[in-house]
Amino acid sequence: MSENKNRFLSVEDLVVEYTSDGEVVHAVNGVSFHLEKGKTLGLVGETGAGKTTIAKAIMRILQEPPASIKGGKILLDGVDLLKLDKKEMYGIRGGKISMIFQDPMTSLNPVHKVGEQIAEVVRIHNPEMNKAQARQRAVEMLERVGIPAERYSEYPHQFSGGMKQRVVIAMALACNPELLLADEPTSALDVTIQAEVLAMIKKLRDEFDTAMIMITHDLGIVAQVCDDVAIVYAGEIVEYGTKEEIYTHRFHPYTAGLFGAIPQLDVRVERLSAIKGLPPDPTNLPEGCHFHPRCPYATEECKKGKIPFAQVRPGHFCRCVHPEEGRIM
Amino acid sequence: MENLIEVRHLKKYFKTGGGMLHAVDDVSFGIPRGATMGVVGESGCGKSTLGRTMIHLLESTDGQILFEGKDVTNISRSELHKFREKATIIFQDPYSSLDPRFTVEKIIREPLVISRKFSKGEIEEKVDELMEMVGIDPRLAMSYPHELDGGRRQRIGIARALALDPKFIVCDEPVSALDVSIQAQVLNLLQDLQKSRNLTYMFVTHNMSVVRHISDHICVMYLGQLVETAETEEVFEKPYHPYTKALLSAIPSSDIHKKMERIQMKGEINSPIDPKPGCRFATRCPFATADCQQPQGLTEVEKGHFVSCCRVKELNGLS
Repeated sequence: MSENKNRFLSVEDLVVEYTSDGEVVHAVNGVSFHLEKGKTLGLVGETGAGKTTIAKAIMRILQEPPASIKGGKILLDGVDLLKLDKKEMYGIRGGKISMIFQDPMTSLNPVHKVGEQIAEVVRIHNPEMNKAQARQRAVEMLERVGIPAERYSEYPHQFSGGMKQRVVIAMALACNPELLLADEPTSALDVTIQAEVLAMIKKLRDEFDTAMIMITHDLGIVAQVCDDVAIVYAGEIVEYGTKEEIYTHRFHPYTAGLFGAIPQLDVRVERLSAIKGLPPDPTNLPEGCHFHPRCPYATEECKKGKIPFAQVRPGHFCRCVHPEEGRIM
Repeated sequence: MENLIEVRHLKKYFKTGGGMLHAVDDVSFGIPRGATMGVVGESGCGKSTLGRTMIHLLESTDGQILFEGKDVTNISRSELHKFREKATIIFQDPYSSLDPRFTVEKIIREPLVISRKFSKGEIEEKVDELMEMVGIDPRLAMSYPHELDGGRRQRIGIARALALDPKFIVCDEPVSALDVSIQAQVLNLLQDLQKSRNLTYMFVTHNMSVVRHISDHICVMYLGQLVETAETEEVFEKPYHPYTKALLSAIPSSDIHKKMERIQMKGEINSPIDPKPGCRFATRCPFATADCQQPQGLTEVEKGHFVSCCRVKELNGLS
């Protein structure tokens, strides 16, 4: 990928596997990308493509076992996160890197007051702060995300879904993280609430110059929030480029299929172009291009060997033997 | 065109500890035969309750349901059986709406057996036919739902709904639980079946892109009431109700050159428990005046385009 000195996060050839019942699930198979400060990368793909596993590997919160990171580097500001020990990771997680999950209840403790949960994060990462200062910071964060300070002492169940997700955002941003991993942060929310939460994430990102990875399969969210896009299929990035590149020039048949399969508000079609078949079984990935059994353009060459990730236009990469623009599935 | 199903002043209230919850409150509309009515609104607006009340899964509190011109609001048990053959539902979650102890074939066979209309041989024939129609491999006939992926399970739900050759199907968020590429397959299947069998759909969803893609007409609901209804393109191109405008402006556009210009709604959502008369959106509406405290009704502002807002003409410059 293009040379850049401002690489803040650099993931190089990441490989993650899960082992269950003696079977090996190839979840992430050599993923590389980089991210600058203040920029947002969208990871787009279907369930099981490995998007969440990539984020969890960066956060180092994969359950090991069954997961195991088989190879690669995750460089944050030049430091390889995969080489850090548990204690060093404690200092980074929640401080330098934060994550927002799809379901806010998985990140909130039902028996603790929401304000105290935020203050706890603040105190862990700022040991010099006393209780009152941490509380002050938590109150500030709540107000930042539009929750009045009076609700500091309420419990998660007293909040609606959208409000809970705001609490999670306040918690994730309480220590001014330099990298924010957002895993479908608005999928569980109604559109009007989603719009508010997205606007808030964008505003706080710009304010703190945070680098962000946005995991989603909503092409509207990608268009409105991201700078770069990586299309993920079967644990590999199959197409990568700036948002402008991917939305105007699509080379990989899977990307074309995905754009044709998702109803879009501004693109009217009589019939959606469904991608035939199902995503592959990750314990038994097809040889060669993992997409070839579903691809109408597949030839003998697609069925063997490693498919190179080649540049098709400046800064635009595609993992396909026959990359061609403007295909219809 | 003639309406296959029509509701007039339909109400469905639920008794709660705090008072009466007005889940569906005085809703009237009709769906022409062979058309798809999209019902949109946010969670808790009563769209699923409306669908379920229309096909007698829930008993209505007040109002009328007309099916093929006949009043089916209060019907006897035997009439209800007949009605259920013609009006059925596909549920959102294909994981919880199929009996985990039944095989695929048994799930599809069940409505055929219950109807007592067919001989054993006919039933076997029909099951095979239905499986083929929804694109399920005959080899899967003896599989159990947990062995199948979400897309296939939803196909079984569709086959079961189609078993008795219904005329009307409530599709309650049928693709929300499915992955994007599978979602397209199921939407295409529903459209093909509609064409080949002249089905009438009521499509309940919160996904505005899906609803625009599949519907001919749209009803926008807010807290149990219909606030706007018109042909799909009318609603998307010329939304008149302040809530519809806010809702549409909140959808992130997939056009990278179009910036989101979100209309912000103020305040909190009203409670659906014992609501005051007057516009329920008024507390959040930037244009609310004292007149909005009066009860509102749908008025036809343009041909076939109904809006429930006392300021609609003035706000949109209509005469």
